[in-house]
Amino acid sequence: MLKNLGLRLLGSLVLLIVVPTITFFLQGAGSNNIARSVLGLTATKSQIDAFNHTLGLDQPLWQRYFSWLGGAVHGDFGLSYTTQQPVQDILAPRLAVSLSLIVGALLVFTIVGMLLGVISATGNKIVGRVVDAVSTVGIAVPNFWLAVILIAVFAVNLNLLPATGYVDPSDDPGLWLASLVLPVIALAFAGITAVAKQTRDQMLLSIASPYARSLRANGASEFSLVYKHALRNAAAPVVTVLGVIFVGALSGSVIVENIFVLPGLGSQALQSTLQHDVPVIQGISVYFIIIVVIVNVLIDIANTILNPKVRAA
Amino acid sequence: MTAIDTPAVPGGPSTDLPAAESGGRPPSRFRALREYLRRPLGVIAGAFLLVVIVATALARVISPYDPLKQDLFHSLALPSATHLLGTDKLGRDVLSRLLWGGQVSLLGLVEALAVAFVIGITLGLVAGYVGRVIDNVISRLTEVVMAIPGIVILLMVYSATNNNQHIGMIVLGVLSAPTLIRVTRGAAQAVREETYVAASRVTGMGRILIMIRHVLPNIWGPIIVNTAVLAAVILGIQGGLNYINLGVNPPNPSWGGMVSEAQQTLSQQPWLIIPSGLLITLVIMSFMLVADALRDTSASNRSRAGSAKAAAQAVSADGDDVPAADEVLLRVRDTSVSFSGLEVVSRVGFDVRPGEALGIVGESGCGKTVTASAILGSLDASAVTSGHVIFEGQELVNAPRKVRAGIRGSGIAYISQDPMVALDPSFSVASQLGELVGRHDHLRGAHRRERVIDLLTQVGLPDPADVARRFPHQLSGGMAQRVSIACALAGRPRLLVADEPTTALDVTIQGEILGLLRRLQQDTGMSIVIITHDLGVVADICDRVVVMYAGQVIEAADAEELFADPSHPYTRALLASNPIVAEAGTKLLSIPGTVPNPADWPHGCRFADRCPLRLDACTEGPIRLELLPAPPTHPDTLDHAARCIRAEELETTNQLAAKKTKEAA
Repeated sequence: MLKNLGLRLLGSLVLLIVVPTITFFLQGAGSNNIARSVLGLTATKSQIDAFNHTLGLDQPLWQRYFSWLGGAVHGDFGLSYTTQQPVQDILAPRLAVSLSLIVGALLVFTIVGMLLGVISATGNKIVGRVVDAVSTVGIAVPNFWLAVILIAVFAVNLNLLPATGYVDPSDDPGLWLASLVLPVIALAFAGITAVAKQTRDQMLLSIASPYARSLRANGASEFSLVYKHALRNAAAPVVTVLGVIFVGALSGSVIVENIFVLPGLGSQALQSTLQHDVPVIQGISVYFIIIVVIVNVLIDIANTILNPKVRAA
Repeated sequence: MTAIDTPAVPGGPSTDLPAAESGGRPPSRFRALREYLRRPLGVIAGAFLLVVIVATALARVISPYDPLKQDLFHSLALPSATHLLGTDKLGRDVLSRLLWGGQVSLLGLVEALAVAFVIGITLGLVAGYVGRVIDNVISRLTEVVMAIPGIVILLMVYSATNNNQHIGMIVLGVLSAPTLIRVTRGAAQAVREETYVAASRVTGMGRILIMIRHVLPNIWGPIIVNTAVLAAVILGIQGGLNYINLGVNPPNPSWGGMVSEAQQTLSQQPWLIIPSGLLITLVIMSFMLVADALRDTSASNRSRAGSAKAAAQAVSADGDDVPAADEVLLRVRDTSVSFSGLEVVSRVGFDVRPGEALGIVGESGCGKTVTASAILGSLDASAVTSGHVIFEGQELVNAPRKVRAGIRGSGIAYISQDPMVALDPSFSVASQLGELVGRHDHLRGAHRRERVIDLLTQVGLPDPADVARRFPHQLSGGMAQRVSIACALAGRPRLLVADEPTTALDVTIQGEILGLLRRLQQDTGMSIVIITHDLGVVADICDRVVVMYAGQVIEAADAEELFADPSHPYTRALLASNPIVAEAGTKLLSIPGTVPNPADWPHGCRFADRCPLRLDACTEGPIRLELLPAPPTHPDTLDHAARCIRAEELETTNQLAAKKTKEAA
């Protein structure tokens, strides 16, 4: 079991090195005119040289990569090309915003999804059909359109919730929550339907399994078959799916943050991409991968607890 | 699956079995098409996609306006005859922009899909068919790619290539390939061991040729289904990218970009968010529905045998009068079971007396297990049961749930064929067995535990405390079957139904389990109904035997009598084909042909096709199950019945044969 976890951690480490490396060289290839785009067309040659020198852009690409890597290991992601601030100072306050959004979405699609899944697995046929129909639609509605519709209905029309923007919880916890409701729903929606479907399918599989047949025939109650055996056996596969959905939601957060103008990592990522601000993007990709790694480890631990076969191995 | 915004796919690739699972060749394309056309949702979705694709391709010809032409006097107009879908804030025609924008979206979709398809199939085939190290490398690589939040890479690519949609979509294709790699790999692994693939390998055909000629054609089903799903996922991601102006350069139209433009004028003209967003949603949904329909089509191609010809069968009208005794624990009478109009068990009848072991014997497909399920009340909800199953005087056919629930485990208990799947893998032995003990004896805590250990001891497990702690995967087959038996004993049942209880076990264990059942029967006085195709098991444990063929009882007798005096040609054939009970020195025979499908049951004798003693009269009408006169050799034998017009003849020849053997000795 520990060996398994170790192997997975090693894989995560590979991810942590490979992705920033790819992004670095991708960006480096297109970053010849950074000085020009930051300083403007009127900048003189000497201004540009000075700019390049301060940021180390006069060095060859591979040298820049290794000096970046050396700093990154110590949590120093270099200076932003556009603002010359340390990248970690730019990203730190934004991390909290992104985490509020992503963890919120994770909670919503896990809890609501599993609830719907259980209801449709155990309820009557009509409930099952409705959940089926809703999930076909739910999985097809793209999150950016859903976001716009949510804004149209709840912000513009009903004026219940703010359309865009973010309030720090230390300023006003109530407004903070209100500013997160719509983004979290938009981000979680596709995940809810996927979790519901997986929960339902796994529970039905368990209810129809040979062991359920044996247990039922030997006197186990229907309640226990559904709420003890089926639910317990659905847990591990559902948790695995949660991991996949989470990675998807992380990507989705970039778009959702831009729609709702949340000052998180995602909106910074887009802005920095348009400005070719390599160090900031590098920093964000490292943050994202670290989040993925942490979630993967948590899921591995959960699976170890949930699956007796893994636990014993 | 890539990682952008649309996560797990309904049904998921992992649940798709390859179409060629049954080992057959793929069904003809026309068959598949006909099957597909039977699914209205799939047809509507497919037709919608076709319309969208054609309309988009013809944008140059059919679009009513130039998509970039502004008309500030008619901005933000609602739909009208001149502008069918209205105009945007610059007065541009929405319909025209949708048509032109569709070109960007669909071209990008084709690019991404093509890349994912080529990579997915190539790597998947190699990983699945060649296996070993290559498989390992590809699988690890797939895992890593799946764990990357794809948008990080995509943002870089767009930034580095100055917003180039084509390169972006190609990268998206690479990031999406893992789904198809996994599906192809799984499917290829499944067909790798099929006979026709192995045969080509033996003939020395090269690997690549085998993959292209024999593996690929048989795994198209799941690949195409998942490609359709992937198309939906890619469209959603692409829309999101276009929404944040990646991959398109305004004012050029794109579907995602139009949602973003509409958002800017949301408070003035909410209508504008409808056409573009709804169109994307409908196109994505159509791809999903097409995938669903394709999945159903390939699923029904796999399981079409039997169900296709669900013609109503004429029920034989004889009143199977199986003789009865006074003291009966379980009485089965005229019990028929049908699934969607197709009868699979026809008017079966027999009795089980207290303390008796009854064997139900026959080949696969004779209705033994369905009969057992009818007794247990564990038939699928779609099954229709008629006749009587009377347990301790109580009618169980269509009995209220409560009556059934009161009998489960305490009246009638059950052990299944494969012990390895008969226990819940997620709970320890103590937990599952304890649950049943709690149900039946209302014990808790230490008392419950004590009873659990008692039961495990009772089924002959040497270290019950250790077994109680274990999980099912830590048990051997024999141990698992003993635990299953302990589960069945928890309610102290009067009747135990055992469905092929030894078939899945090693030969050495089989004897032990049968011995255990015999001992338990003596100790507890319970009755046993044992379903088996193995006459050796019957000889070992049963007092009475019911032989079933094609859904009917064709012979019933005391075990000893049946072996001495088989009065139905099928029983004779069964005996002659069994190495344990066949007479020494005679040749082992196999029965030519197979049991007919329920849809093909003949009106006359159902065994006639395979019977060496067939007469013309056999096929003229239904044959009755008739009581035979007690033979002089066993004058005290009761209740020997057979469904054969030549039964008495057979009995006579048996007696002659027996006489001969005696004389020879």
